Amino acid sequence: MPRSPRPGVTQAKPPALEVRGLVKRFDRPVVDGLDLRVAAGEFYTLLGPNGAGKTTTLRMVTGLLKPDDGSISIFGIDALADPIGARRIMAWVSDEPMIYEKLTPMEFLGFVAGLWAVDVDLTEARAHDLLLLLGLAPHADERCERLSKGMRQKVALAGALVHEPRLIILDEPFTGLDAGSSRVVKEVLRERVQAGCSVIMTTHILEVAERMADRIGVMANGALIAAGTLDELRHQAGSGHVSLEDAFLALVARDAATV
Amino acid sequence: MSRPGTIGWFARHEARLAWRDWFSLMTGGHRRRACVLVLGFIAFALFMHGLAYLMLGSAANLAGRADARTLVIITGTLVMSWSLMLSQALESVTRAFYARGDLELILTSPAAAARLFAVRIAAMAVTIVVMALVLTAPFINILVWFGGSRWLCAYAAAAALAMDAVSIAVVITAGLFRTIGPGRTRAMSQILAAVIGAGFAIGVQFAAILSYGTLAWAVPVAAADRAVSRWTVLARLAPDSDSVILWPARAVMGDPLALTALLGLSIAGLATVILLFAPRFGQIALAAGGAPIVTTRRGRQKSRFRTASPARALRRKEWTLLLRDPWLMSQTLMQLLYLLPAAFLLWRELNGGGGASALLVPVLIVASGQLGGGLAWLAVSGEDAPDLIASAPVPAIYVLRAKTEAVLGGVAVIFAPFVAVLAILAPFAAVVAIGGILIAAGAATAIQHWFRTQARRSLFRRRQTSSRVATFAEALSSTGWAGTGALAATGSWLAIVPGIVVLGIVAGAWMISPERGPSPI
Repeated sequence: MPRSPRPGVTQAKPPALEVRGLVKRFDRPVVDGLDLRVAAGEFYTLLGPNGAGKTTTLRMVTGLLKPDDGSISIFGIDALADPIGARRIMAWVSDEPMIYEKLTPMEFLGFVAGLWAVDVDLTEARAHDLLLLLGLAPHADERCERLSKGMRQKVALAGALVHEPRLIILDEPFTGLDAGSSRVVKEVLRERVQAGCSVIMTTHILEVAERMADRIGVMANGALIAAGTLDELRHQAGSGHVSLEDAFLALVARDAATV
Repeated sequence: MSRPGTIGWFARHEARLAWRDWFSLMTGGHRRRACVLVLGFIAFALFMHGLAYLMLGSAANLAGRADARTLVIITGTLVMSWSLMLSQALESVTRAFYARGDLELILTSPAAAARLFAVRIAAMAVTIVVMALVLTAPFINILVWFGGSRWLCAYAAAAALAMDAVSIAVVITAGLFRTIGPGRTRAMSQILAAVIGAGFAIGVQFAAILSYGTLAWAVPVAAADRAVSRWTVLARLAPDSDSVILWPARAVMGDPLALTALLGLSIAGLATVILLFAPRFGQIALAAGGAPIVTTRRGRQKSRFRTASPARALRRKEWTLLLRDPWLMSQTLMQLLYLLPAAFLLWRELNGGGGASALLVPVLIVASGQLGGGLAWLAVSGEDAPDLIASAPVPAIYVLRAKTEAVLGGVAVIFAPFVAVLAILAPFAAVVAIGGILIAAGAATAIQHWFRTQARRSLFRRRQTSSRVATFAEALSSTGWAGTGALAATGSWLAIVPGIVVLGIVAGAWMISPERGPSPI
């Protein structure tokens, strides 16, 4: 069951993410006037069919793509005007692990710590803890080229966490993970949220969204067509939709019918 | 139409794939570039015929006599050409062993995989034969023009030697596979290929230095009489003119017995290799695919965090990745093999030779430009985690500066010993060399940055095809700075002229580059 927003999640703080009128066109509009708000300390899951614009949205938020129009604010920092300030408190994990084959996980974390210019003494202990937590401690000094895809994904996640970001953005983080690894990653993310971190995640695994998210957004054709808690989504989808899967499919089908 | 699963059917399949791969490589996937490609080939053919005419036009004395000196000259040329064929064949065979591609599909299908692999080995032979014929055709045509139709036999001899190269490459690679295992074979055979490819040319330069005491190889070997003189030295060591070793040369000159023997042995050798290795090819390729990738150090080593600024972290990362990848190291540093004759010349100069040190300046500058371009491609376009770097709180210009420092640092480390020795011999030339090396490497780095396209590091060998403008600009820049350095080292103010021209070339490259400023890498 989705959890109700925790007491710590208040609207008074600046939101972790606030997107207004976001537009990105390639040969057609991929993101089309998107408005999105994620509260500080919230676990937000973004759902949508393939090509809905989820990844493009997140790549714009992380500064990897330049929007054609709109604004992006991370904890009150204008990410377009001050991208470096925004990146300092944010981490991005893509569905394809972005690691260096010839570095060991420990070296990779050291490199990431260097990029974020965080305190080495603190980071080294944190890196050890993360590798232990993610079950990578036995492989800490093996080169990443010898690790499986799931392990690499966990190394990438450790890289995202090692500089203690306030906002973690993950694109399909469970792709290629086995059941045990998935559980570990879920627990790590949940702990981070409990500690006050905000998480935005895309996934096609609706069960994960159902169990983990405080709020869920549904995107289709480059726009947010529904957002809220699971109950709110059920309500928006109409009566008779018990599971998130039913509600999601109904919402997407309704949007397709109106386009 | 061949029946599915037969050798003919597989051959058609392979030919289609090879054609599309080649066409895509040549045109970058743009069909409209096909016309440019055809025109380019015509221009290349004309240029090569002109070059062949310059080199062989005055060597009419080669046309008739099969004396010892002529046979030695031809044998030497064949050995040099054959080393290149063998080098290319080793590359092709290694790539075929390690490319997983459709391997699992083939091995899990009911088709006879050995037939496909037989076709693949034969296809490699065809590729090398075609390559050999394309490169030798202008020279053979000129010989036919001057010396008569019997020189047409050279085409058959070249094809036979290409087949030999493929047969031997398959045997060497399979042998390495058995002896040192799949993990190390890839790097080893590719290094071997590069060394064989470069080795003979370098040997010739050593011979040239020993013969003349100068860097004759810095100038294009244009005059046939000079080549003939050089080979005369070797002719004294050559076997009798009746020796079997000289039969390939006889075959080239149209001796029917030698040509028949050469062709027969080559075809038989290739057929034997196909029969022996086609059934094992699948197993070798599967083992290669499942093998751990070779690493420079075995076992575990404790990684330690070090205090690092983003720039230092980026520099260290670039150097670590390069040092840990033997294949990339070999590919990047291979061009430095050509510095060996330069090192040899320096050694001679130190031992009382005379006054050719300044000739090293352009050589060092060209090599630094080439090395800088390669390292810059790896650092900029071959970045394995572009999203990570782009999402880090580091300005793009800062990243660019750190990567440029990594490239120039690498170049500095490699060239420092040469410059140090040069400084003892000719201090002014050393100062010019330092400036030229830094400028050439910096210009190559800038060009690589302006024309960057994201690619896997394993595609390093194909980096020239991603942007031909960048490739030409980089080559022109390196050679132009070398020319400038050569003139500057002699103290001539004329150095300003090529310097301005090269600046114009680099500026022109910037003007037409896809992006004129730094952006997230």
